[in-house]
Amino acid sequence: MADPITLTIDGRQVKVPAGTLVIEAAKTVGIEVPAFCYYEGFSLQAACRMCLVEVEKMPKLQPGCTLPAAEGMVVYTESPKVVEARKGTLEFLLSNHPLDCPVCDKGGECELQDMTFRYGAGESRFVEIKHHVDEKQWSPAVYYDAARCILCYRCIRVCDEGIGVGALGLTYRGVAAEITPSHGDHLECDECGWCIDVCPVGALTSGTYRYKSRPWEMNYAGTICTHCSDGCKTTLSVRNGEVIRANNRDRSGVNGEFLCVKGRFGFDFVHSEERLQSPLLRKDGNLEPVSWSEALAAVAARFGEVKARNGKFGIIGSTHTSNEENYYLQKFARQGLGTANIDHHRSGDVPALLDALSGKTGKLATSADLYNAKAALVIGSDLAQQHPFLAFQLRANFRHHQAAVYTVTSGVVREEQYAAKSLHCEAGQELGTAQSLAEDLKKHGDLVILFGDAIRGQAVRQLVEFGESLGIPVKYVCLVDYANSRGAMDMGLLPNLGPGYHAAPAVGLSRDEMLAAADLDVLWVVGSNPFKTTAPAGTSTFTVVQDLFLTETAQRADVVLPAASAYEKNGTVTNVCGEVQRLKQGPKVMGTKSDLEIFGLLAKELGLNLGIWTSDKVFEEIRRTVQGYNVPLPVIATGGAAQTAAVNGGVPQTGKPEYIRSAGDTLFTSGTLGRYSKMLNRVMEAPGQLYKP
Amino acid sequence: MTFSPELEAKFAKMIQNYPAGRQKGALIPMLLFAQDEVGSMTPELLEEVSKRLKVKRVEIEEVIGYYTMLTREPRGQHHVQICTNVSCMLTGGEELYQHACKKLGIGNKQKTADGQFSLEEVECLGACSWAPAMLIDYDFHFNVTPEKLDGLIESLKKTQ
Ligand code: SF4
Ligand code: SF4
Ligand code: SF4
Ligand code: FES
Ligand code: FES
Repeated sequence: MADPITLTIDGRQVKVPAGTLVIEAAKTVGIEVPAFCYYEGFSLQAACRMCLVEVEKMPKLQPGCTLPAAEGMVVYTESPKVVEARKGTLEFLLSNHPLDCPVCDKGGECELQDMTFRYGAGESRFVEIKHHVDEKQWSPAVYYDAARCILCYRCIRVCDEGIGVGALGLTYRGVAAEITPSHGDHLECDECGWCIDVCPVGALTSGTYRYKSRPWEMNYAGTICTHCSDGCKTTLSVRNGEVIRANNRDRSGVNGEFLCVKGRFGFDFVHSEERLQSPLLRKDGNLEPVSWSEALAAVAARFGEVKARNGKFGIIGSTHTSNEENYYLQKFARQGLGTANIDHHRSGDVPALLDALSGKTGKLATSADLYNAKAALVIGSDLAQQHPFLAFQLRANFRHHQAAVYTVTSGVVREEQYAAKSLHCEAGQELGTAQSLAEDLKKHGDLVILFGDAIRGQAVRQLVEFGESLGIPVKYVCLVDYANSRGAMDMGLLPNLGPGYHAAPAVGLSRDEMLAAADLDVLWVVGSNPFKTTAPAGTSTFTVVQDLFLTETAQRADVVLPAASAYEKNGTVTNVCGEVQRLKQGPKVMGTKSDLEIFGLLAKELGLNLGIWTSDKVFEEIRRTVQGYNVPLPVIATGGAAQTAAVNGGVPQTGKPEYIRSAGDTLFTSGTLGRYSKMLNRVMEAPGQLYKP
Repeated sequence: MTFSPELEAKFAKMIQNYPAGRQKGALIPMLLFAQDEVGSMTPELLEEVSKRLKVKRVEIEEVIGYYTMLTREPRGQHHVQICTNVSCMLTGGEELYQHACKKLGIGNKQKTADGQFSLEEVECLGACSWAPAMLIDYDFHFNVTPEKLDGLIESLKKTQ
């Protein structure tokens, strides 16, 4: 880093690295220079003139957002001249602004409002009629009101640089200048909605939130996105028990402000009319609504009877339920019911990776590592589609630090736009193809290798051997599908491994084997939809399903218990990088219960002693018993992320890799949840050209 | 989308005029010549140019919005552009424009019913020394009077 320089801002000495912008230097001593177009982390624009500051010995006011601090500089950020200039800037910005704040979505959280308030630019000398343009709908998710736009270019830059889509531009001139979507009258893009969030005014509004609420009428719950495994923090805005918006403007969580379309708009499954709100019990062949007590009693009676005669249970867990629920479920299975048949839909070979890394420490990449590593190698995944946040991290790393990104895939992926090298190969040839990059990879200071389900079992070990032979520090990410796919494994929803990848007391059936077993007495499916693709072999199996919806699996069940989604509960989840974060309850859906509560009530009904079923208590037990999960509580409690390594030693038996397969979701799909999100379906019907099959 | 062999040859030559990796520079001429052949900036045309020059679709949208010579609406066979900016306004450009509206029976950015003429009121054409100035297609006309304008229009009508 260059030698620090010293300058004076508003009479205070400030020491910053040479090259720091005045606006950033001011921040270090708590001075806020107002800015519209300046946006941290993106290219400089100097379009709005809001950040003008007075600098001694410089004849004119200077934009603080593009002026590098220099040794001995003396800056004033609120001198009378500056205040006057800002007032003038605001007067201009407001000359055509409709000032429809009372109905504008942004009212109450609008930067233009705040600045006008701060500088008291309440009067205007303009008497001309305001130039008006009608509001336009660009896509199901994004609306644009040109009259409110202050042409700060933030939206253009986050879309182009941040998302890598570049769907927004500026067209026409002078007073008619406005933002234009990629296709003239409509938008074909990722529909991530980030442009809406960064808009300092109410020019870009969201298809789900517009004209629904005032910001001060809502409660906010910072929780973790329940779609893919990247673990983005998303803050749900809840009004009268209903989620009407999701964003992450406070930049907490691993993802900062980033969210993909699923995190920002895919929450609406919560209030789908198809949510189950009453337990269902099969009577005379039909599923009839019954009370919770009747349903739980029916399940407990059958479980008790099958257990008593040493019958055969099969349990399929979920990739969306919390760590506490997963832990409790495996305990229920192993201790409570005495069965070893427990599994879930596995999408990545984490046990094999942990085993291959046995004895080594610091080998699992965090999501922050993807932003800081000198190089990254992506094997067998269309990252921008399947792991939008991880893809964002790599893109930001390239933009800010010129990271070298390599891809090995069987088709074209978006990372190729900036990748140092991209190789295509036949599916199945990924490992060998990646190995051919050895000489390129060795050149870099360090490397993160991300691999999808193309690499599993023995191939994972070979990949790690390859990584370790490069002679540079290498970290790994085993890509998995859903919000708590990783947590499901860490918590022991595996037929051969208990929590923390310890050998289970006995080895049970895998998910596929349970479905194929004709002699199962009970099949208990929690938050999963295996019958969608595989019909179960058992004809007399008593099937219990806990789910949000009447899925293909639930339709064939004997008892269906309506479960709460991740957004309706507290607990923790573990993302693809092994980072544990906290779920915080936002809305509540009548008639449902969290899976943990369902487990607890069933245990009680059966007279099992499995411990208290509150998420805090179960998490305490997890912290005590699962290696790596004794993460600092304050970090988790305050909404932070703590990385775990659930094992550091050989994994006794890594299981059957042939059952590992990713569901291959795209940007606009998300397994069962995605099917019940109206917004995801609407944007999918009009997918951008990037996603045309 | 394919263009006429002549236009294809023109494009092929044009692209070579730019250094490798900077073919983007051919964007405006390419759009202009293609518009002459196709008639307007159709979505297919934009897709095609975006593909050929590896320019993002939205960048083309920006260019079309900015430059008035590029149009989404098909124009008449002859496009009449009359300047009403300062120099021309002072020397009768405004009246000339009003006269043209009456003569052709159309307003700004409109097209005659027979599709022969379209009219546009434009900013400075860079011919202030000979104001009032106007353009018909790619031809400049200087020191234009209403009579001269009538003559030009009549002669174009005859050549049809
Ligand atoms: S919603 Fe579309 S236009 Fe807006 S930032 Fe995301 S990709 Fe770009
Ligand atoms: S739409 Fe919003 S973010 Fe985009 S330029 Fe206008 S004011 Fe800025
Ligand atoms: S990247 Fe994944 S975790 Fe993040 S918002 Fe999208 S679906 Fe949710
Ligand atoms: S913030 Fe500096 S010019 Fe806009
Ligand atoms: S003002 Fe008409 S040509 Fe310049």
